[in-house]
Amino acid sequence: MSRPSRFRNGLIREGAAYAFVSPYAVLFVTFIVIPVAVAAMLSFTYFDTIQFPRFIGLRNYITLLTQDDIFMKYVLPNTIEFAVIVGPGGYALAFLLAWMLAQLPRLPRTVLALILYSPSMTSAVTMAVVWQTLFSGDQNGYLNSFLLNLGIIQEPVQWLQSPQFLMPIMIVVTLWSSMGVGFLAMLAGILDINPELYEAAAIDGMSSRWQEIFYITIPSMKPQMLFGAVMSIVGTFQAGSIGVALSGSNPTPRYAGQLIVNHIEDYGFLRYEMGYAAAVSVVLLLMVLLFTRLANRLFRTEER
Amino acid sequence: MELSENRANESVRMLRSEAEWRSGRIRRRPAVFRAPPQTGVPITPRKRGWFRRFYGLRSGGINPAGFHPSQIPFYLILTPVVAFMLLPIIFIFSTAFKPAEELFVYPPRFFVVNPTLKNFRDLFVLMSASDVPVSRYLFNSIAVTAISVAVSIFISSLAAYALSKKRFRLKQTLFTINTVALMFVPIAVTIPRFLIIARLGLIDSFWVHILPALAMPVGLFLLKQFIDTVPNEVIEAAQMDGASDLQIYWRIVLPMIRPAIATIAILTFQATWNNADTSAMYINVESLKTFAFYLSTLTATTSGANVVAGQGLAAAAALIMFLPNLLIFLILQSQVMSTMSHSGLKG
Repeated sequence: MSRPSRFRNGLIREGAAYAFVSPYAVLFVTFIVIPVAVAAMLSFTYFDTIQFPRFIGLRNYITLLTQDDIFMKYVLPNTIEFAVIVGPGGYALAFLLAWMLAQLPRLPRTVLALILYSPSMTSAVTMAVVWQTLFSGDQNGYLNSFLLNLGIIQEPVQWLQSPQFLMPIMIVVTLWSSMGVGFLAMLAGILDINPELYEAAAIDGMSSRWQEIFYITIPSMKPQMLFGAVMSIVGTFQAGSIGVALSGSNPTPRYAGQLIVNHIEDYGFLRYEMGYAAAVSVVLLLMVLLFTRLANRLFRTEER
Repeated sequence: MELSENRANESVRMLRSEAEWRSGRIRRRPAVFRAPPQTGVPITPRKRGWFRRFYGLRSGGINPAGFHPSQIPFYLILTPVVAFMLLPIIFIFSTAFKPAEELFVYPPRFFVVNPTLKNFRDLFVLMSASDVPVSRYLFNSIAVTAISVAVSIFISSLAAYALSKKRFRLKQTLFTINTVALMFVPIAVTIPRFLIIARLGLIDSFWVHILPALAMPVGLFLLKQFIDTVPNEVIEAAQMDGASDLQIYWRIVLPMIRPAIATIAILTFQATWNNADTSAMYINVESLKTFAFYLSTLTATTSGANVVAGQGLAAAAALIMFLPNLLIFLILQSQVMSTMSHSGLKG
């Protein structure tokens, strides 16, 4: 008699809370948790979308590590190059820009912050249209025409089709649109630091701006730094489709801009090797997890 | 409700804690008085002639009150960066208003000389002759975005309120899972998502645009952090007065977290308004696709000699995509900034 009534009490006491959480929780589980779980399960199977998935153990992962030449020769190095420049590079850029903006009075700061943020409001797909015009391969392309005029190049360059230029353009384009939520969070974090801290440091003899950044600014806004880092890591891996959007083909010309995300689509939707594609997805998720752990290590707030 | 006396006591208490913060006894600034970012300056300088105002004590360092010569280097560094960031956006504006002869001119000109609305007219009139009128795509986008934003605000704030202020057994677990999900990269699980959406029978349905977009871990996270700053005493006082959970949520919490709601609105808006993938993957019926998708097809379909003329149309469409984003952010930007100061993630 006591147990059901305790259960009922619990339901009355906590039921409202569960009712409040449940709409979100149901959607969260359906569209985030289950897909991740399914990806993990499929990664151990052979699945061509027609027959029922057949369990093959770790074979997908073994193939990925030992036989997938394209993955090892192009996709992985590309992804690492792209992620290292766009991730930490973009993150440092976001912090520096936010810090410089914080040194300005309110009105110019707001205007400049808005301009820096506005590219992140555009989507990669939308902008691909614009980039394709700017980087167009014939002499009518804006960049080509500009450089021809200056005499830097003698004949038009196929910017988006040349393996040499695709990756740098992808990096510039992604950096251009990467001053998003994380950037705003860091700006707010810097502005939120109690100014008395700086005054106290000045009295203690701190004189250079760099000392201020490393001993006051960053330690006082670690939580925002971590949030910004997570957003930047996710943004970096999420931006993977840019190469295909720019060059207009998957695989990209000579795999120059092939990132792990494109590799997943290539296997999943072009070759219908869903099990193998799922294994690559799991590797991608693990990479994100690893980088986030690293950021966590750097910017953890010690419990006091 | 007889809240007035409680409210009065509450504000006295909060004013006192504000005073404590000013005197440096407590480190965190009290929540309620925190909002707009410019309050980083503890004492607003009174107007005392332009020279004193612009050369005042607080003009150097973080969040200065006015111009100071030491800021010049920052302007010098920021101006080229900002100009570079602005260039593609100016390009969209410029190209969208170019008449055909300026699109074909060689060498290509960056800025428009004789602006015209012809591209927009063509977009809506000429292209409509094909199969589905452009206005249909636009209508789909508007409907999808409006519903997504409204529903997302509602369910995220409900959940955030419970996670922040209610006590229940799974609370900590749920919040931790959500925080881990901040690093979720949707693009990585495209395939399982596709399988699930197919299994749920959502292919070619209007709801496939909306349902997957609703659960946004960043949104819940920001809302929860913001509701944490609503003093527990306010909610306890309302409970004493016999307010139900829903009343507390609706009458007390929601009005106090407006900045966070504005932020979620913007994030959801951007995610759904710019989303072309959903239409490309889950929708085969042309009349259910969105404007973002239509835009992504513009360059693919206009090939050969038509590609230059297509630029004008594409730029016009890109401008239609971009402007609502910009307007909404302009209107809500100060709210967003005050939410962002609570975005901190404790490792």
